Amino acid sequence: MMSSNLSAIFYLVSGVLFILALRGLSSPETSRQGNLFGILGMIIAIVVTFLSIGNYSSGLVFVLIFILIGGSIGAFIAYRIPMTAMPELVAGFHSLVGLSAVFVAISAFLNPEAFNLGLPGNIKLGSLIEMSIGAAVGAITFSGSIIAFLKLQGIMSGSPITFKGQHFVNAIILISIIILIYLLCSTQSENLFWSLLAVSFLIGFLIIIPIGGADMPVVISMLNSYSGWAAAGIGFTLENTALIITGALVGSSGAILSYIMCKGMNRSFFNVILGGFGATEDTSLNLNKEQKPVKSGNADDAAFLMKNASSVIIVPGYGMAVAQAQHALREMVDTLKKNDIKVSYAIHPVAGRMPGHMNVLLAEANVPYDEVFELEEINNDFPNADVAFVIGANDVTNPVAKTDPQSPIYGMPVLDVEKCKSVLFVKRSLSPGYAGIDNDLFYKENTLMLFADAKKMVEEITKSLD
Amino acid sequence: MEIDPLIFRLSIFILSIFVGYYVVWSVTPSLHTPLMSVTNAISSVIIVGAIIAGLSGNSESIFNTSSIFGFLATALAAINIFGGFLVTQRMLAMYKKKKRDKK
Repeated sequence: MMSSNLSAIFYLVSGVLFILALRGLSSPETSRQGNLFGILGMIIAIVVTFLSIGNYSSGLVFVLIFILIGGSIGAFIAYRIPMTAMPELVAGFHSLVGLSAVFVAISAFLNPEAFNLGLPGNIKLGSLIEMSIGAAVGAITFSGSIIAFLKLQGIMSGSPITFKGQHFVNAIILISIIILIYLLCSTQSENLFWSLLAVSFLIGFLIIIPIGGADMPVVISMLNSYSGWAAAGIGFTLENTALIITGALVGSSGAILSYIMCKGMNRSFFNVILGGFGATEDTSLNLNKEQKPVKSGNADDAAFLMKNASSVIIVPGYGMAVAQAQHALREMVDTLKKNDIKVSYAIHPVAGRMPGHMNVLLAEANVPYDEVFELEEINNDFPNADVAFVIGANDVTNPVAKTDPQSPIYGMPVLDVEKCKSVLFVKRSLSPGYAGIDNDLFYKENTLMLFADAKKMVEEITKSLD
Repeated sequence: MEIDPLIFRLSIFILSIFVGYYVVWSVTPSLHTPLMSVTNAISSVIIVGAIIAGLSGNSESIFNTSSIFGFLATALAAINIFGGFLVTQRMLAMYKKKKRDKK
């Protein structure tokens, strides 16, 4: 059996390796090495746990069996999942972190002796507080992520679900969680522990239902953060350094991503969380709108325009992911490059359904990452480019965000697509984007609309280019 | 007077938040998706608690409510660990530098 001091040092080592794992992600070159550090840290933590318990009863066999079962399921999913389904996968994984935090808290509550936390019904006060906070946050993470998962998967409608007095109900529930934790700590009652879990599951569910589909990047980042805080709460209970360090890292990582996503939409965090965005405007805006003329074209027109261009900027959005058009797009770009046309990609921070979603899809289609640029890096290049090719994006290109203070997206940073000499817009119809507002870009002189499925259109353009 | 060990853990926690803050800001935006999947994987280090819970039964009763929850938590965390690291690996492999002219 390993001494607890020695094992504490090893847990610290694995915490440091986790920091290095995140550090590696600062550039694609070092990222793979970073991931290996993470794996090493995890192996150390698990091995040390086995060595420090030293109780090799037949329970050990079962633990190993369950690791094997879980591991095979995880590995299977990891190899089979298509890259377009990454947001769902991450949401699903968050729910598992939340649920395992809840389960660990339950077993610690029922059998505190195993964790050196005191006796059942007489758990050390500090541990009980940490445990109940960890359990509550874990439960919120679980039910919230399940809703996010269902919305992303399309099983549940992506439109916000709101009802009267929603914020009031949520506030009451949040207060009751605090009261329950207080009562639980003073009475140690098992029933209160179960009620705390039930109420936390409920609030996780209620917080996420009013948030709409396009706000998913914020939701996923936020749940990422929650899963970290839940892990940290359990880490305090177990007095485990690796868990505390990791929880803090993950918690702050998710919080930063939420901040970046909110900034990308020019909305405050609370505005997103309180939800209901876009739901109210839809009806009034689609009425009494005069038909403005649009120019629409076909694949040959698009091919002609691009063939005569010397530089093209591609603006991908969620629609590209839905149509699975990334590979077809890369083939089109290859053809363009053969004709000595300079091509780059412009990514808006909230393009797609999770942070970095578009980058992964393009990487999957073998687009070199040094041709892919973030909004700030490329926005000044639009006036010098000949063609902007917008595929599956809408609101993030809408100039109204710069001109109309009345617009719900006013102030949101947008890609200056309209400054290009000509704009090609691949879209299925003229319908407004998620924010429920019309895009002025559709009606501009230099815009050519290509009404078609993104993948089909791109394939046709490639054919006409040859 | 002796300092409560909780204070030490709290110090580690607070300092780690700051470390996390600076490390995550230096992550390049194009790797934000792998960042999320790898944070997922590492937060499953919660498996250490699950293992302790799973091994808490004595030889007469391997299965009690507490250890059963431990076993379940072990399986869930293992899904995340393997799934998280492997899917991150898969994504990062796609970010390898490619030759421009190679088709």
